[in-house]
Amino acid sequence: MSFKRKDLLGIRDLQVAEIEHILDLSRSLKEINARSIKKVPTLRGKTVVHLFYEPSTRTRTSFDIAAKRLSADTYSITGSTSSMVKGETLLDTMKNLEAMKPDVFVVRHSASGAPHLLAQHTEASVINAGDGMHEHPSQALLDMLTIHDHKGRLDGLNVVIVGDIYHSRVARSDIYGLTKMGSQVTLCGPPTLIPPDFELMGARVCNHLKDCIPEADVIMVLRLQKERQQQMLLPSLREYSIIYGISPAKLKNAKDDVIIMHPGPMNRGVEISPEVADGPHSVILDQVTNGVAVRMAVLYLLAQDRSSLPDISRPSSPE
Amino acid sequence: MEPKEKSGSFIFRNGRVIDPARKLDGPMDVLVLEGRIAETRPQISLGAEFRSEVQEIDASGKWVVPGLIDMHVHLREPGEEYKETIRSGTHAAVCGGFTGVACMPNTHPVNDSATVTQYILEKARYEGFCRVFPVGAISAGLEGKNLAEYGELQAAGAVAVSDDGRPVMNGLLMRRALEYAGTFELLVISHSEDSQLSAGGLMNEGPVSTRLGLRGIPAAAEEVMIARDIILAEMTRARLHIAHVSSAGSVALIREAKKRGINVTAETAPQYFTLTEELIAGFDTVYKVNPPLRTARDVEAIRAGLADGTIDAIATDHAPHTSVEKDLEFEFASNGMIGLESSLPLILGLVRDGTLTPLEAIAKASSNPAGILRVPCGSLREGAAADVTVIDPEAKYTIDVNTFRSKSRNCPFNGMRVQGRAEMVLVGGIVVFSAP
Ligand SMILES: [Zn+2]
Repeated sequence: MSFKRKDLLGIRDLQVAEIEHILDLSRSLKEINARSIKKVPTLRGKTVVHLFYEPSTRTRTSFDIAAKRLSADTYSITGSTSSMVKGETLLDTMKNLEAMKPDVFVVRHSASGAPHLLAQHTEASVINAGDGMHEHPSQALLDMLTIHDHKGRLDGLNVVIVGDIYHSRVARSDIYGLTKMGSQVTLCGPPTLIPPDFELMGARVCNHLKDCIPEADVIMVLRLQKERQQQMLLPSLREYSIIYGISPAKLKNAKDDVIIMHPGPMNRGVEISPEVADGPHSVILDQVTNGVAVRMAVLYLLAQDRSSLPDISRPSSPE
Repeated sequence: MEPKEKSGSFIFRNGRVIDPARKLDGPMDVLVLEGRIAETRPQISLGAEFRSEVQEIDASGKWVVPGLIDMHVHLREPGEEYKETIRSGTHAAVCGGFTGVACMPNTHPVNDSATVTQYILEKARYEGFCRVFPVGAISAGLEGKNLAEYGELQAAGAVAVSDDGRPVMNGLLMRRALEYAGTFELLVISHSEDSQLSAGGLMNEGPVSTRLGLRGIPAAAEEVMIARDIILAEMTRARLHIAHVSSAGSVALIREAKKRGINVTAETAPQYFTLTEELIAGFDTVYKVNPPLRTARDVEAIRAGLADGTIDAIATDHAPHTSVEKDLEFEFASNGMIGLESSLPLILGLVRDGTLTPLEAIAKASSNPAGILRVPCGSLREGAAADVTVIDPEAKYTIDVNTFRSKSRNCPFNGMRVQGRAEMVLVGGIVVFSAP
């Protein structure tokens, strides 16, 4: 199948076949990342602008490496949303950049829906690299790729996402993607961080780790922001760590082949203990590696002139 | 409003006269002489001495009603004249069928003094198309700290006090406001919101906000404050009016309070009986408003509250904003919708779908708000100033913001197919609007 979208704004909008297509293409592109010369001319002459209104070294670097490995020219604009009080608006910034004819905007923004606003006002493709608490589609795609690498399937798996679900765009995109692909997603954390409405998105909610860890094939641990304490969502990081922190003791009843994931950056000793982060079940660095491949796939699908470019994807064999 | 030109004399023939203050609904003629209602009854025969100076208007097929009163608008003047002025806002009002509007005090400077009230009334006198009823501030500077000077405000012409746009978070200040306003029998209008519970929220809290990752404003943030204010109104025996009721729980609280005999009235706005939170799915900031659009269940409850009389009035909460405030990330966009030029057909929709009788609809758009504000409007009784709205209930058209007289375009009803519009509007016997 082909991918006909102008933008990638969220996983919720995607069909199962589209997700499969991106994952298949990502697997093909991983091969490039294993070469000694990690560059192909696929997007030569294309311009990718990283528009980052929120600090994020890793996502921007991952997108930048992905674009450069496909030979696109990349530019980074970083702004802070606080400067917009005196500065120009998001739309003005975008219109100025658009006058220079970029092909793709990769947008990170603290406000949910900001990439959607841009997408409505530009001819260029927009990739949502994380918007507020809304979606982070490339993260969900790399999570799905990583789980599939290790489990050989997504269908029928039990995935437990632990932590601050309410504030997490990663959790939302993962819930959409994984449930579309047939996984059962369970959300675990205190009720202050998991509004009941998440059940309407197809996930189960569980407030006790001991009730969901034994069945888990995958445990995805989310970063806990320190501010949550001041927002009266938690009494202390200490208590959070005791009740919901993933430590070897909490994993005693877990499956032998459970994998531990984290979208980063980690608060070691808060939501995850160093022993688990660096332990045998951890696939956290595989996520980072897969991030580049997935972002190459997404850039390729959105930036290609579908008629004129050679087909670098090849049919992937089911593992 | 001082007449800008000599008020005329008219006779509206064969219209359906709906005058809720007198429970009149039937085919009648309305005679206006020198700016006042002279007579309302079937088949008025004019003496020969009048025939030359009284203009005959065929109102058959039309409704002839007391001029509509919008008790909740933001005219933005003084201070934000690029969004709206007293002139443009009152022009929009008469195009929408209104003959009077109550304007909220969150201007720059805030209307917390006789000086600002007088300024607004002066401007309205010279530039306004309809009557303007200034609402003063509850607290000086809308800061929620000290009482504004209600006696001075009232003497200058303020019809009520409100900190609209901001809740009065301090319960003691609200108590004192109600007590002190009681001295002057001044109405206190509550923007009921616990801003700590709404916690910087951007839309109604529920499945849609959770899905979109937009911080939610729970209905409880509104209901908790309505409950508080009802209890304080009971304690102080003051006159409390709840602005822009949006949730099912709020309707239940007000219904219960009225049953207990507490002196409380309430308004809602067309968006709250028409639109739901689902519209925000594409992050379109035209739907960003406070209180937020809520669920279909809330819309049903608001309609039920209108039908059983719990909600007395329909206002618009006309809140003009330009692209400067609206073409932004959802989070940074301002709250508010304009409504003066789209309200009437939506109110008439409540009649067509059986929620309200014509008498009830006109009461909620005219005589009830006039009664709550205690302004001498809202009836076609003999001797009253001739504020008259002639409505064509059949006209079908599409709402188009580009035809609006408001300076702003943030109307969520743009593009909607509707039925019913103002055909002719008289203020004090002067024709201020006549449909093209
Ligand atoms: Zn308000």
